[in-house]
Amino acid sequence: MSGSTVRPPAGRRERGGLSSRLSKLPPIVLNMAAFLVGIAIWELVVSTGAVVLPGPAAVFWRGVELVQTGQLPLDVLASLKRVLMGFTLGVALAVPIGFLMGWYGIARSLIEPYIQFFRMIPPLAVIPLAIVTMGIDETPKVFVIFLASFLSSVIATYQGVLSVDATLINAARVLGASDAMIFPRVVVPASVPFILVGVRIGLGSAWATVVAAELIAAQRGLGFRMQQAQLYYDLPTIFVSLVTIGLLGLIMDRIVQMIDRRLTSWQERA
Amino acid sequence: MSDPKISFRAVSRRFEAGERSFLALDSFSLDIADGEFVTVVGPSGCGKSTAMNIAAGLLAPSDGEVLVDGRPVQGPGPDRGVIFQQYALFPWLTVRQNVEFGLQVAGMSKAERRRVSDRFIELVGLADFADALPKTLSGGMKQRCAIARAYAVDPTMLLMDEPFGALDALTRVVMQDQLLVTWGRERRTVMFITHDVDEAVYLANRVVIMATRPGRLYEIVAVDLPYPRSEEIRLSPEFATIRNRVWHAVYHQPKSETSSDRREDP
Ligand SMILES: Nc1ncnc2c1ncn2[C@@H]1O[C@H](COP(=O)(O)OP(=O)(O)OP(=O)(O)O)[C@@H](O)[C@H]1O
Ligand SMILES: [Mg+2]
Repeated sequence: MSGSTVRPPAGRRERGGLSSRLSKLPPIVLNMAAFLVGIAIWELVVSTGAVVLPGPAAVFWRGVELVQTGQLPLDVLASLKRVLMGFTLGVALAVPIGFLMGWYGIARSLIEPYIQFFRMIPPLAVIPLAIVTMGIDETPKVFVIFLASFLSSVIATYQGVLSVDATLINAARVLGASDAMIFPRVVVPASVPFILVGVRIGLGSAWATVVAAELIAAQRGLGFRMQQAQLYYDLPTIFVSLVTIGLLGLIMDRIVQMIDRRLTSWQERA
Repeated sequence: MSDPKISFRAVSRRFEAGERSFLALDSFSLDIADGEFVTVVGPSGCGKSTAMNIAAGLLAPSDGEVLVDGRPVQGPGPDRGVIFQQYALFPWLTVRQNVEFGLQVAGMSKAERRRVSDRFIELVGLADFADALPKTLSGGMKQRCAIARAYAVDPTMLLMDEPFGALDALTRVVMQDQLLVTWGRERRTVMFITHDVDEAVYLANRVVIMATRPGRLYEIVAVDLPYPRSEEIRLSPEFATIRNRVWHAVYHQPKSETSSDRREDP
């Protein structure tokens, strides 16, 4: 370890001098550095001509162009609207059904076979049926996203209810609480961490599904834009769409994570 | 003597494990007088928690019954405060909210709740931590919060299942003294389970010793030492004599005839 170290690196064990110095940088600096290195490698690979792909600069300028023409914002809006609608509906239904299944054995026995069965069908496989029965407007896309997020959050919610510590329920009972009181005051708060895991998974699958749904039938949206670009062999636009999808997914996940940390700050090791 | 506060009447409990059934508690009978402090010791698995959970109304007996104030126990109720070894605080509630849980459930007004919780938080010495979440408390503080929560609903008796089991020896002694001080003031009936022979003798009017396989009452030792108890008593020869008796009863029990895994057929 170098003599100039004023205080020992907190927590982690560090071997070399370089890594110990790097570990003192705020993580965001390292994140950005990694990002820049990635861009550089991309540029390098493309400039050698090893693969016929647009370089980072070409993609960046296409992105600027698409923003200026207003096309990208419109596509983003269209995709986001579908995701948020399907996702909100899915979670709004999944949470009460998950609670029902976790709390009442009868509900579990009645509903679980269906959930497990539909879980085995990839939501994308439902798209042809959805289009045939619901037409090609917004409904089938929102429906498929709804299905994807519902199925992933309902399982998390009811597993959460099942794993509520029995001593907490007993503690509430001996303090005089009835089942009707224990449910909102103990079961619901104790399940929140699990529900939020489900929400995160649900959001991930909603986002994954929207793009695929738009690939099949849409007049707008990031998936649709890629589909169009493919027809014209417009690689930069495909790249712009992919990067946008990744970034938006990341941002939404971070938002859920932030909410998660807020709501479950009481957890012993959050 | 007046009627017992709580009365175990030939209470048995079987647990079914697949084809076999296992007798965790065999015809356990015990009367605890109003205001009495009874401790229960015995080898692990002798049915101490089973007996207590039946008294708390969290577990149904297979046979026999438990009477509290002469009435059979039908389920849990705020007349019997329970303190669990694992604290069982609601981790999303602050100390005050935990203490007020039972009061809120009983429909007490906000101002009244506040008054009661203030009093019991003060009593267990957590006034400075009233708004802290359980995760920020030490083990001893968590258990004090659990005690305040149990006291707040004004139970007529306390059932404590190894409440100090997870605490270090020093904190334990402090908690024992505090418990005796509050008990001396309020004289609630206490049934207190412990693994610690010293603790059992120091706290109790009577020490109940149980035996295992099947779980049953083995011996009752009266502790004829005056309250308030102090370090002086803890170090006295009289204390040592009783302690030795209890120690022998716990650790030198004759092997039961059908020793090792005794299992009954259903
Ligand atoms: N829910 C259950 N299902 C099956 N067996 C159980 C159950 N609860 C307790 N038992 C069994 O009953 C016996 C008595 O258990 P109990 O918890 O009352 O013992 P204990 O005296 O409190 O032990 P310890 O001192 O280790 O806490 C044990 O052999 C245990 O395995
Ligand atoms: Mg026990």
